[in-house]
Amino acid sequence: MKLSDISSDINEWFSGSGPLSDVVISSRIRLARNLAGHKFLSHCSTAEKSAILEKLKDVIMSLDLGDQVFYISVDKASDLNRNFLVERHLISRHLALGKGPRGVVIARREFFTAMINEEDHLRIQVLKAGCQLSRCAEQISHIDDMIESKADYAFSPRFGYLTACPTNLGTGIRVSVMLHLPALKMTEQIEKFFDAAKDMNLAVRGLFGEGTEAASDLYQLSNQVTLGMSESEIVSQFENKIIPEIVEYENAARNHLLSKQAETLDDKISRAMALLQSAHLISSQEALFLLSHLRLGINMHEHMGASTPAIQRLCKLREKVDGGKGLSIVTINRLFMLTLPAHLQLNHGKSLDSARRDALRAKIIRSTLVQGEQ
Amino acid sequence: MDNDEKESGEESGRPFCAEQFTGRKRTQAQVESVSLRCETLMQCQICKKKAATIHLTEIHEGVRMEMHLCEQCAVEQGIAAKTQISINELLSGLLAAQPADDELFGPSEHQTKCPNCGFTLDQFRKQGVLGCPHDYEIFEKTLLPLIEKAQDGKTTHCGKVPAKTPRDTKKDMERASLREQLKAAVQKENYELAAKLRDKLDQLE
Repeated sequence: MKLSDISSDINEWFSGSGPLSDVVISSRIRLARNLAGHKFLSHCSTAEKSAILEKLKDVIMSLDLGDQVFYISVDKASDLNRNFLVERHLISRHLALGKGPRGVVIARREFFTAMINEEDHLRIQVLKAGCQLSRCAEQISHIDDMIESKADYAFSPRFGYLTACPTNLGTGIRVSVMLHLPALKMTEQIEKFFDAAKDMNLAVRGLFGEGTEAASDLYQLSNQVTLGMSESEIVSQFENKIIPEIVEYENAARNHLLSKQAETLDDKISRAMALLQSAHLISSQEALFLLSHLRLGINMHEHMGASTPAIQRLCKLREKVDGGKGLSIVTINRLFMLTLPAHLQLNHGKSLDSARRDALRAKIIRSTLVQGEQ
Repeated sequence: MDNDEKESGEESGRPFCAEQFTGRKRTQAQVESVSLRCETLMQCQICKKKAATIHLTEIHEGVRMEMHLCEQCAVEQGIAAKTQISINELLSGLLAAQPADDELFGPSEHQTKCPNCGFTLDQFRKQGVLGCPHDYEIFEKTLLPLIEKAQDGKTTHCGKVPAKTPRDTKKDMERASLREQLKAAVQKENYELAAKLRDKLDQLE
């Protein structure tokens, strides 16, 4: 099983499907765990880290997850492969940039990954498309139980699952969703969203986690409190209170755009269509920025019945694209993922400098959006 | 900046602002140590209306200066984080604010080294992570207020328990969790919930 086996298409949590998928792109739940009888990683020798890695790798590779699993040694991987794994949200930046023996177990369908020797000995995650937090929670808890039957976790009755950093103490759970909030941005209400998140003790991060920017109007929203609440309380609060509120905010802003700022909206969508269909050089940043407008236009049409002139033209384009299959969210997601820098190079078969990447990216996008273009 | 500048600023009735206070724009290189603490006893020095919840202590070239601001003024002065302070910074800041009581009260947790992994609180200040699971016990006194701050006031686990945990321990945990919830319910004067929790506790005991 090689990375090139999965690099040429999007994975199932980025499929554009699932509940509330016009705003909630994907859901993710991760659990942080440490083995009992070992130090935390900051105080482990290389030999100790190797021992932890071998132990956890064996346990997880032996689980029945209903899918093929494969292991990648992150410390031995090339920079390109590490970046690829980060782009695909299979590992964190922290693991990619870390030091010492560390790795990741990945399910073939990419709904599950287990990072070993990141900040904690083990960080497992389940990802799904759209808003499916309770299903993620159910699945990850089951996997956690399976691991626990073969290994002993560091746990205290008082503080719960013991983690290297007190911010993950207790449940060790990080519940997060990836949200598409272009209308809140366009109506200058995105700061309100940040403030509301802060008031609710939630963290807002960019596309690739801590310290990254919000590209393509995508934001990752996650809980910060992990202690003193049960896992189901945290998940339920997210799924039943927080998400519906934010989706409502974004939809209200989209409606506002349609009724009061249709020209601005159409301008953004038209420019995006024009540039993506004609540019010969396009940076990742610009491509993501423009794809966000197309994503908005398609979702407004499908979920709100919007039909401004630009959206109508976008729909007409949809009919011609992709061999008649149409410009769907799946196509947008493919263009998004496959033109990210590491994906581009991995699929091309070799490293490319920035200018050649920009040219290849533009070519791939043009050939998808313009009928007859090779 | 020396104390004379500060006093003359106040005397002349000019608006009191961060830049005048330090005499220059604060840069990373110039500030040697900054710590934030949250207390609610003083009035904001700028607007003189709201309670000061942010106390900024700045040590520059050996001179210690203090500012006491409400959150709004702190944000306007560009001091407090409108966006989130990273948890590491928050923890380090809180840790730095702990009083060093070792001389008067004997060796405190600040001098202690974990016998299992050699971890010290000084390392925590630098790295933001602990050395081994025992550190939660050994450094409990210092860590508890940090945990409380980072976890929105919560300090007791009430979620999933590993299957291998002995039944007695699970029962103890359930009792401890119910007691905490009961305490919170009584505090919020939710007596109906408190009664239900009391019944559950009685059943367990």
